[in-house]
Amino acid sequence: MIEFIIRLALLFCSISMLGLIYRVIKGPSVADRVIALDAIGVNLVAITALISIVLSSHAFLEIILLIGILAFIGTVAFAKYLEKGVIIERERNH
Amino acid sequence: MRRTNNIILETAIKVLLFFIVLYSVYIFTAGHYYPGGGFIGGLMTAGAIVLLLITYDIKTVEEFLPVNYRILTAIGLLFAIGTSAGSLLFDVPFLTHAFGDVQLPILGELSLHTATLFDLGVYFVVVGVTMTIIQTIGEDE
Repeated sequence: MIEFIIRLALLFCSISMLGLIYRVIKGPSVADRVIALDAIGVNLVAITALISIVLSSHAFLEIILLIGILAFIGTVAFAKYLEKGVIIERERNH
Repeated sequence: MRRTNNIILETAIKVLLFFIVLYSVYIFTAGHYYPGGGFIGGLMTAGAIVLLLITYDIKTVEEFLPVNYRILTAIGLLFAIGTSAGSLLFDVPFLTHAFGDVQLPILGELSLHTATLFDLGVYFVVVGVTMTIIQTIGEDE
């Protein structure tokens, strides 16, 4: 029973990821694409957790936190690029 | 003129950075028994410093983290060569590692391995090379 539910959850995660990939390709502005990529990272976390349940291993639990941190750094870097035009400033003006 | 300030990001970084650095140290020390090791731990530490660079700027980060990353790379290589060449002093082949149980006052019995020191060299080299690349690209105007 639990096996079936996890497979179903994996299927729904894949479907939502397909919708997000559609938004990445089609998105009218860059911000849409960035948010879609961030949400793909969150979906990837969910899929990693579900697959580690299916394989009944705890070897992937580090990967979950890693994907979360990397998605955060990537989104912040892109947001700063969109806002200020540079990612790493030499000197702040405030 | 509207002055942009990123106070939300700066406040969030003050909490998050602690967890990221702690996580990278955990991944580095757990590398012998669990997935992880010097490479991914070094990359996560470099990621934490990159997050600092994004939030603040190069000069501020250099002020409270005065590390020359080229020298850090050299120290890492020295660690790797030192632990490998140290085995020659004991009449065993190059890169032979030693391990054993050590009784320490507070921590109790620990199983220590000289491969950890080699891994520390890898850690320093990865942090140094990554930060050198990113800072060199970031300073370029």
